Amino acid sequence: MEFQITQKAKRNIYLLLGIGLVLTLIGVVTGMDSHHFATRLLTNGLIDTFFFFAMGLGALFFLALAYATETGWYASVKRIIEAVAGYLPYGMGLMGLVLLIITLMDGAHVYQWMDPEVVAHDDIIQGKTAYLNPVFFWIRTLIYFAVYFIFLRGFKKRSLEEDKIGGTELHFMNYKKGALFLVFFAVFSSTSSWDWLMSIDVHWFSTLFGWYTFAGMWCTTMVVLIMVTLYLKKLGYLEKVNDSHIHDLGKWAFATSFLWSYLWFSQFMLIWYANIGEEVSYFQMRIDNYKLLYFGMFIINFAFPMLILMSRDAKRHAGILTFIGLIILGGHWLDVYIMVTAGSLGPAAHIGLLEIGMALTALGIFILVILRNLTKAPLTPVNHPFLDESIHHEI
Amino acid sequence: MSDKVIYVMYDDDGVLKDGAKKLVSKGVKIADTFSPFPIHGIDPIIGVKNTRLGIMAFLFGLTGLTLATIGMRFFMIEDWPMNIGGKPSFSYLENILSFVPISFEFTVMCAAHGMAITYLLKNKTLPGMPAQNPDPRTTDDKFVMEIRTAENSIEEKELDKLIKDTGFIEIDKKTI
Repeated sequence: MEFQITQKAKRNIYLLLGIGLVLTLIGVVTGMDSHHFATRLLTNGLIDTFFFFAMGLGALFFLALAYATETGWYASVKRIIEAVAGYLPYGMGLMGLVLLIITLMDGAHVYQWMDPEVVAHDDIIQGKTAYLNPVFFWIRTLIYFAVYFIFLRGFKKRSLEEDKIGGTELHFMNYKKGALFLVFFAVFSSTSSWDWLMSIDVHWFSTLFGWYTFAGMWCTTMVVLIMVTLYLKKLGYLEKVNDSHIHDLGKWAFATSFLWSYLWFSQFMLIWYANIGEEVSYFQMRIDNYKLLYFGMFIINFAFPMLILMSRDAKRHAGILTFIGLIILGGHWLDVYIMVTAGSLGPAAHIGLLEIGMALTALGIFILVILRNLTKAPLTPVNHPFLDESIHHEI
Repeated sequence: MSDKVIYVMYDDDGVLKDGAKKLVSKGVKIADTFSPFPIHGIDPIIGVKNTRLGIMAFLFGLTGLTLATIGMRFFMIEDWPMNIGGKPSFSYLENILSFVPISFEFTVMCAAHGMAITYLLKNKTLPGMPAQNPDPRTTDDKFVMEIRTAENSIEEKELDKLIKDTGFIEIDKKTI
């Protein structure tokens, strides 16, 4: 059965986009005269485009992981993963646009190392210019985008081909390509998070940062996969997906929440323990200006999933999963929000209509793209070699 | 009439599962099954209650967390106050971050070991204990269903007739 976007869903998405745009407009008009307005607008652009881009990338990673490990159970939800990964080109376009504007404005107080005047008076940034300079930054960014795009296109093409011809040849091709993607991703997930997010706090560095960003991204991806699966189940599609698949997706959300919390805590504790001035400045900024949000966000992203998703029944209950999913999505949006604003706007940052409006607009685009992607292929792959195993999945 | 145990052997877990479904639908109570690996989905069919091992794991974990906290507080703060990372505040709460990893590890260790030992004790399968399964072949490639006549109101002859339709390979009866 092919998926069709319902009239109700279309109406709601356009409503969401409308509300988002109106709020953004009000935010722009009321905030235009304030001192940091351009920076505020661009940080918001970076937050929202990165947040949703990361989910698309997380889905691509999860797909590659499933191919490389020859996973069986996921076969009946594979098309959902592909649909979410299919947001990547849009995400790359939007984020590329924001990065381009920031570059053209000499960093716009977001990336201080892009501003030649700041660099001229800053010895620490001067020591990093071999890596952090606009030209090399764009070379890296374009390489990431190109590699992600090529792999995504290959996975999609072979997935649709498999529907027609079947057999194991394509499967083993995917297996190889999946493993190769993981090799690239292992390096790129770290370096790209340094480039796009860590370089905002340009004087500071942490080797855990890449994993920390990656864990947050993976967690939100799993939540989105759960929500899309539940939505399609509710509409009566995906009759091959049973409780066990949803339970497994729930387990991933639970486990990746822990992974994220573990890395957040490790980074925090190691820096707290060593107590070196150039490292603690990162947390000092956050504790001075974002105390409630920063620790509140940690509690939300750690304690809620732990307490609520612990039991087996909760991971099979659509209502509980949706509730906790929305909380996790909000919590991780806050995480990205603090990552970006603390180093750029600092004490001047606050969540107003502009922030909410832009986030809602980006969410609307994200949902619209995913639902459109879902209509383009049969919801259950026809000839996946592990489809039979997936149908009989029971835990 | 004396009480009997009927052991019905199958050579496929799917056949056993289908047989169990058929028997249960006729009102037969199946006491247990023995298999070399877990048969997925057999629990709700023969009416095995949900395990309470998870609750035990939580209690063991809580014990571990408490022990670790008491221990570290005594070792590092009271008995021999330690200078932790240049923070000589000699307070457990103010240095709590550095105690988190050990608390976590000890919680996990107590929960895991406690769970394993509880499981072995409850199933009477500690090393050296006599085997509980009726036939050594159930540790290899055969599957056995255990039915007790005392638990069933159905006549033994009627039971035999029902079992006959399930495609077993061997049947064994023992009087207890």
